[in-house]
Amino acid sequence: MSDKDKTTSVDRFDEAEALPTQKSRRKEFVQKFMKRKTAVISLIFIVLLLLAAIFGSYMAPYDVDQADYNNLLQGPSAQHIWGTDEFGRDIFSRLLVGTRLSLASALSATIAGTVLGIVLGLIAGYYGGWIDSLIMRACDVLFSFPDILLAIAIVAVLGPGITNVIIAVAVFTVPSFARIIRGATITVKESLYVEVARSIGCKNWRILWVHVFPGTVQSVIVNFTMRVGTAILAASSLSFLGFGANVTQPDWGAMLSQGRNYLNTAPHIVLFPGILIFVTVLAFNLLGDGLRDTLDPRMN
Amino acid sequence: MAERLLDVKNLRTEFQRDKSWVTAVNEVSFHIDRGEIVGLVGESGCGKSVTSLSVMRLLPPKTSRISEGKVLFHGKDILKDNKKEMKKIRGREISMIFQEPMNSLNPCMRISKQIIEAILLHNDISKGEAHRRAFDVLKSVGIPDPEMTLNSYPHQLSGGMCQRVMIAMAMSCEPELLIADEPTTALDVTIQAQILELMEGIKEKRNTGILMITHDLGVVAEMCSRIIVMYAGRIVEEAPVKELFASPKHPYTQGLIESVPKLGSDVSSLPFIPGSVPDLASMPKGCKFAPRCKYAMDICRQKEPDLTPVYGSGNRRCRCVLHDGDKGDKKEEVKV
Amino acid sequence: MSEPVVSVKNVVKTFGGGKGFFSKKPLVHAINGVSFDIMPGETFGLVGESGCGKSTTGRLIDHLLSSDSGEIWFDRKDITKLTENEMRPVRADIQMIFQDPYGSLNPRRRISDLIAEPLLIHTDMSERERQKEVNDLLRVVGLSPAHGERYPHEFSGGQRQRIGIARALTVHPKLIIADEPVSALDVSIQAQVLNLMSKLQKDYNLTYLFISHDLSVVEMIADRIAVMYLGTIVETASKKELFEHPRHPYTRALLSAVPIPDPTKKSDRILLKGDLPSTTNLPSGCLFHTRCRYCQERCIRERPKTREISKGHFIKCHYPVFDEDEKEERDVSV
Repeated sequence: MSDKDKTTSVDRFDEAEALPTQKSRRKEFVQKFMKRKTAVISLIFIVLLLLAAIFGSYMAPYDVDQADYNNLLQGPSAQHIWGTDEFGRDIFSRLLVGTRLSLASALSATIAGTVLGIVLGLIAGYYGGWIDSLIMRACDVLFSFPDILLAIAIVAVLGPGITNVIIAVAVFTVPSFARIIRGATITVKESLYVEVARSIGCKNWRILWVHVFPGTVQSVIVNFTMRVGTAILAASSLSFLGFGANVTQPDWGAMLSQGRNYLNTAPHIVLFPGILIFVTVLAFNLLGDGLRDTLDPRMN
Repeated sequence: MAERLLDVKNLRTEFQRDKSWVTAVNEVSFHIDRGEIVGLVGESGCGKSVTSLSVMRLLPPKTSRISEGKVLFHGKDILKDNKKEMKKIRGREISMIFQEPMNSLNPCMRISKQIIEAILLHNDISKGEAHRRAFDVLKSVGIPDPEMTLNSYPHQLSGGMCQRVMIAMAMSCEPELLIADEPTTALDVTIQAQILELMEGIKEKRNTGILMITHDLGVVAEMCSRIIVMYAGRIVEEAPVKELFASPKHPYTQGLIESVPKLGSDVSSLPFIPGSVPDLASMPKGCKFAPRCKYAMDICRQKEPDLTPVYGSGNRRCRCVLHDGDKGDKKEEVKV
Repeated sequence: MSEPVVSVKNVVKTFGGGKGFFSKKPLVHAINGVSFDIMPGETFGLVGESGCGKSTTGRLIDHLLSSDSGEIWFDRKDITKLTENEMRPVRADIQMIFQDPYGSLNPRRRISDLIAEPLLIHTDMSERERQKEVNDLLRVVGLSPAHGERYPHEFSGGQRQRIGIARALTVHPKLIIADEPVSALDVSIQAQVLNLMSKLQKDYNLTYLFISHDLSVVEMIADRIAVMYLGTIVETASKKELFEHPRHPYTRALLSAVPIPDPTKKSDRILLKGDLPSTTNLPSGCLFHTRCRYCQERCIRERPKTREISKGHFIKCHYPVFDEDEKEERDVSV
């Protein structure tokens, strides 16, 4: 046999072995996402909202509490593009500045609920047994209440105020994440590479954090964006009902609530906050849809 | 002179990938006569399954197309048949059995329903008569208790039993040609022996022509009279079985035969073919095997060789520059 | 006289049998009394068809499953008695190579992280030292250090299997359990991986438990072979002895059924009767008797015990088979 036959791949590494050029996963993701126009537009809108939340108070044409007693309940005009409310305060400025409050409360509530939900879901799914039953039954109880009712009950117990609204919204966010993560955990923990991790000698927490959790994250991203939308709606509703921010703070829901009294004479006070809430929740939902489609390997 | 059943001429099948068409199978020509078992060997990705699906016209309609060639069955080009005519041929004149018998049967239907459905599709008989035929055909494939099997669901049967049922279904209308796509790959070796024995019996009794598609060289050595070797969507060699194993001409065939562990050969290390099969979308120019071939020359990388006859028993072909027009006077210098 | 690396004694394993809501789930008798020793530096082949319990045996030795009874001695400890926590440090000495090259690598982690993981857990090497070790191992298995930055999905089956081998080698285990390491690979890639495993065994003085259904592959790489059927070992012998003088009717049928890629050798296929019995309803007496052409009355009644039929050749059969010309050599104490 010639020497050529004797060479084994352990000695030789030729171009037949070279891998194709690394396709950046991130690039592919971005390309796919850009194909979805509604999602892109929603993302742009949300980014604008975030900018408003951060810089709103510097950009607002009027001060939030600045009362213009000459222009009470005025409709949209050149000076006040979205009109004024019953105290003569500029609605546009109040909504702009109020973005921070509304968005911040919704985001922090959702984040808190997500983190807690993920932890509970991972534990329930991985360990099973009585812990699983306990956590799932608790979630079932929370699930059986309509979101708003539950939130009202919690706020009624804790008392009004933005912090408590955040707590209430966080609480009813937990079950959906716990359930999703638990399901994903159960699936992933059966994977061969998790068994491999055990056979190498990984401790449980390492298996959970390094091997199981990353496989479940995908299922959560989409739900997260949707829940932010729900949280905004819920926080606004609570404020509308009088449980959230007080009258002076520029909160979207509170503004909606106050405007009720002037529905016949000055509908613009209700219209603009209402449209803003509607469009924001829609944007989050469409973003969630777009993300779901982008992450789905079967769709192009 | 055996009756020619199938004559495939210059078949070319393409698949759509990312808005462009890639060729999966190219310039494939072969024939099958009555009563012979022809082996189609190659590793995964070589195009053997695509070839058989092209013959049966079972490819997905939107993302694939047969862009060239003819498939003559009894002299008639079935690629030109419409759906109705094709349905008459499938199952009746040409039957196919697949690799995973458990997955080929509908898990929600009893076996009786599935076989009877197949029989009634091609025969104008009563249900009772069809049931009797189903019983008979199950018995003929060696199932010990046909009635119990007819009443079972697929998950209640073992892999070997399922494959027998598949063969029974395939043979129920007494086709002239049977295409078997990796029929025993998913089965244990002792069950494989039973199924291969069964298929040989079918060939003997009914003079059926069989196209045996597999990657297992042992199976083709035992069963087939003639072997076709495929690589990267092309036929690279064709020869009667004894000649192929005794003196393979194409370097790929040589490498393949050498790299298979043989029972009883007492070898401690195997020669092997370095590298791997090229991706469909990025096929090298010239001979598709050149990147892995130890004899590759410049001309191999520039022009793809044609499939030409090899000096031998008259029905050997090889797609290699080394054997192009080999008249037998060339010394066997290339064989190691 | 060296001590065996691992010593399996009379292990029994069942699955199921729990009480379902409406009825009891059937008890699956996966392993029915398995015993063998593996000596240092050897490759011990465990062959059998699907359902015979060979993969389960591998997982029992790796403590991924717990046995019902029996002992598994490794490193002077009976690992069946260890808790998961106590087993963890032992895992540095037993590593496993899995059948499925696509499932056994975490798709979200880079290759270098995957290979380095055992080092991270069992040693206190620095990041730099680990990286160096990983690069060395990648070269050893025929890949390049540049490949370490990539993800599993960018590699072929054969390459992934080599990555799995590299990972198994990192902590220099005393025993490597290879569970069907080449079954999912193409023929020409099988040869590459088998050659690699042979070479590594010589270079690193490794001990393998090689589990496979493919007799031709096992013949190549194993020193001693045990044949399993329905959760029990029916015959154990050195490679040469097993292939030249198979005594158990199942071994003989198995050998005859393997198709040989040589058309001049016509095989006399010994066909077994019927199908594999269900593991929920084991046959009485000898587990193989329902399919054996030599079955006698005693086989139905009495389960045979393992006995040594010639040096190093063990068999579990009342009537081992001898060829015509060997009748004089028979040592049958029936």
